[in-house]
Amino acid sequence: MILDSMTLFAASDSGGLQMFFQYCLGGLIIGMLYALIALGYTMVYGIVELINFAHGDLFMLGTFMALTLLSLMGISVSTAGEISTSKAALAIAVMMIVVPLFCATLNVAVDKVVYRPLRSAPKLAPLVSAIGVSFCFMNIGLFWNAAVYEDGRAVPAASQRAFPNIVSNENILERSSPVEEAVTTAKSDKSDSAKDSKSKPTIKAKEESKFRITWKDAMVIAVTIPSMIFLTWFVKFTQTGKAMRATAQNPTAARLMGINVDRVIATTFLIGGALGGVGSVTYALYINTTSYQVGFQNGLYAFTAAVLGGIGNIPGAVLGGIIIGLVRSLGSAYIDEKWTSAFVFAILILILVFRPTGLLGSRTREKV
Amino acid sequence: MTVKKPNWQIFSALGICLTLSVLITGCDSGGSKPSAATKASTPSTAEAVNPSGLGNPDVIKIVSSLPRTGSAKGQTDTIVNGIRMAFEEAGNKVGSFKIEYEDLDDATAADGKWTPERETANANKAIQDPDVMIFLGPYNSGAASTSMPILNKASLLMVSPACTAIGLTKKEGAEPGEPEKYRPAGTINFTRVVPADDIQGPVAADFAKSKGVKTVCILDDNEVYGKGLATIFKDRCEEIQLKVLGKQESIDYKQSDFRTLMKRIKNQFNPDCIYFGGTSQTGAGQIAKDMVAEGLEKTILIIPDGCYEAAFIQAAGADVFKKLTCYCTFGGMPPDQLKGKGAEFVANYKKRFNADPEGYAVYGYECGKVALEAIKKAGKKDRAAITQAALSIKDFKDGALGTWSFDKNGDTTSTTLSISTIKPNAKGTMDFDFVKLLELQK
Repeated sequence: MILDSMTLFAASDSGGLQMFFQYCLGGLIIGMLYALIALGYTMVYGIVELINFAHGDLFMLGTFMALTLLSLMGISVSTAGEISTSKAALAIAVMMIVVPLFCATLNVAVDKVVYRPLRSAPKLAPLVSAIGVSFCFMNIGLFWNAAVYEDGRAVPAASQRAFPNIVSNENILERSSPVEEAVTTAKSDKSDSAKDSKSKPTIKAKEESKFRITWKDAMVIAVTIPSMIFLTWFVKFTQTGKAMRATAQNPTAARLMGINVDRVIATTFLIGGALGGVGSVTYALYINTTSYQVGFQNGLYAFTAAVLGGIGNIPGAVLGGIIIGLVRSLGSAYIDEKWTSAFVFAILILILVFRPTGLLGSRTREKV
Repeated sequence: MTVKKPNWQIFSALGICLTLSVLITGCDSGGSKPSAATKASTPSTAEAVNPSGLGNPDVIKIVSSLPRTGSAKGQTDTIVNGIRMAFEEAGNKVGSFKIEYEDLDDATAADGKWTPERETANANKAIQDPDVMIFLGPYNSGAASTSMPILNKASLLMVSPACTAIGLTKKEGAEPGEPEKYRPAGTINFTRVVPADDIQGPVAADFAKSKGVKTVCILDDNEVYGKGLATIFKDRCEEIQLKVLGKQESIDYKQSDFRTLMKRIKNQFNPDCIYFGGTSQTGAGQIAKDMVAEGLEKTILIIPDGCYEAAFIQAAGADVFKKLTCYCTFGGMPPDQLKGKGAEFVANYKKRFNADPEGYAVYGYECGKVALEAIKKAGKKDRAAITQAALSIKDFKDGALGTWSFDKNGDTTSTTLSISTIKPNAKGTMDFDFVKLLELQK
């Protein structure tokens, strides 16, 4: 298989290095999305040593909340192409505020109702409850999917459904357009070049030599990096952040020092949930598909990312997410599409065998 | 106090478990090894052919096993309606026998598609009920490969409205060991009223060529139906000198997106056409979407009948088809192309259910008609006799699909297929639109 991939690599040498970077970019983008979700796993683990398996499904519910908001604003899959830039920007702004709020509230509520009563119970009890919450969320997602109509038609509960495509997929590098064009799916003419090499050879050559960074890619970067910077600042420099780090190190001592541990834990669930919500809006706008199952697959990857980077460690989760994104993308590009998830988990096993604490697990002592 | 250390053993164990489970489900999705799960629960042949309790001698029960939950529900609703219509028209009886119909589900809400467990349970339920004489369905070829060995031992007649994988009935073009491995009793009990994939694959390739396609990339979902179909398509391409670029590639349909794959196809091959052997439940919608996202709008997408349903358009998103040209083959004729008795059926259907039938409704109706004919010909309540009677059906014209016969394998002799594209209908919503009828050119 490796030999096969090598020849493939050599054969694909029409700008091989450039394509390599193109695949890396794709992997980086999807990796950042995993990282956003992974932060929710890792923070909660750092504080209460609970693997919140429901987090992936919380993310899934976030995508449905975003879908519902769009349908309330009258934006559907078939009308998404025609809406104005300002309306699209408004829609994104509304989603970016409401969905994280929704996810954060839900996460805190679940903590209060399900996990808090089990705080002093053996570790396995909250873990099993988390799996139970995950199933509950999945079923809510099933009903929710059927409840949001599409072009006046009901959708079968379990089917995948398209998410309105309101962020342009045009190449930023292709033309230097002002930022206003960022959020419309203006009909581009660049696609004409794909096949009509006779009629428009110049455009074809131009397009093929171009490195593509789309507005969608830019959106993911513009959302995820500030979120991560904000989180780092919050944990490092605020009073609450300090309390969180203290609680992570030793809850008993933290309580003796006058820290309200329950409130710190609630804050952790709040921030983790909000990041998950930001992730779900970004994901839905980027992938343009949602179903009640997206939480499982993406949650699994995000959890893997958290463990890969060293669970409980914030930079570790980001690093893990990006590695998984890259492995997925490059594996699919140079080896074989159908083995992508096998690669991801194989790498997880390798790292856990040789470095059981994850990549950054032992370097930083404090876990938040 | 020292810093708490996470319990790494738990994580390692969890990680390994998750990996294994992913690998196992990945391998299992082929559905090609039905025996392990089914053997244990199947009673011995003698017992199964003549179940202990004799049941009610005046009642013949017919069951159907179709994915009644999940995304195929829209399609199977109309199949079940078609079956019901066939029985109602006969007054729910044949001769002195009263016909009872039961609609079983082989899918679960959580999976959104058929599962081997449910299909096996349905098959066992059917053979253990002494009144059940005919099993209509299933819908998916993978499901048929699961239930056929069970039902075969009991000589219970199967009539499928939709399964098209070749290996279910014949050797040529099938995997090694097919179809014998589905027939442990050595007899034939499976029949279908739709043309098989050895017709659907080639006509799709011929159609592509007629559209001026010169180069194709071929993808499949790694399941019985999709992979088989993609392989036949590929063989035909080589026969008619369509250039196949790269190798036939399987996808892991549980992935959230296939953008890297599409990037690579665009960069390496930029083909005129992509053929995807799969269904709306196995990633077809995402493939259409990612083709557009990665700038493959000028490439034609051709998909098989497993995507011939509204769920495919919903998964891809209607706006995708404003840019992408997509053709979908269908193992028969769409409702609005049916003539004579077929047109009558469509009119009656609309009157009876106040809705338009989906593509397979008429095939459900045909299955019901075949079931009634088999009982009539056999004239007695005996599974083996009814199966024999069905296999000997020749020049059948009671149904809505014209005149056809079952050949020696249990396949229909009809070879008419159709191809549709996706474009806005009169109401402005995206829908399948009939392009032309296809006939296999030898």
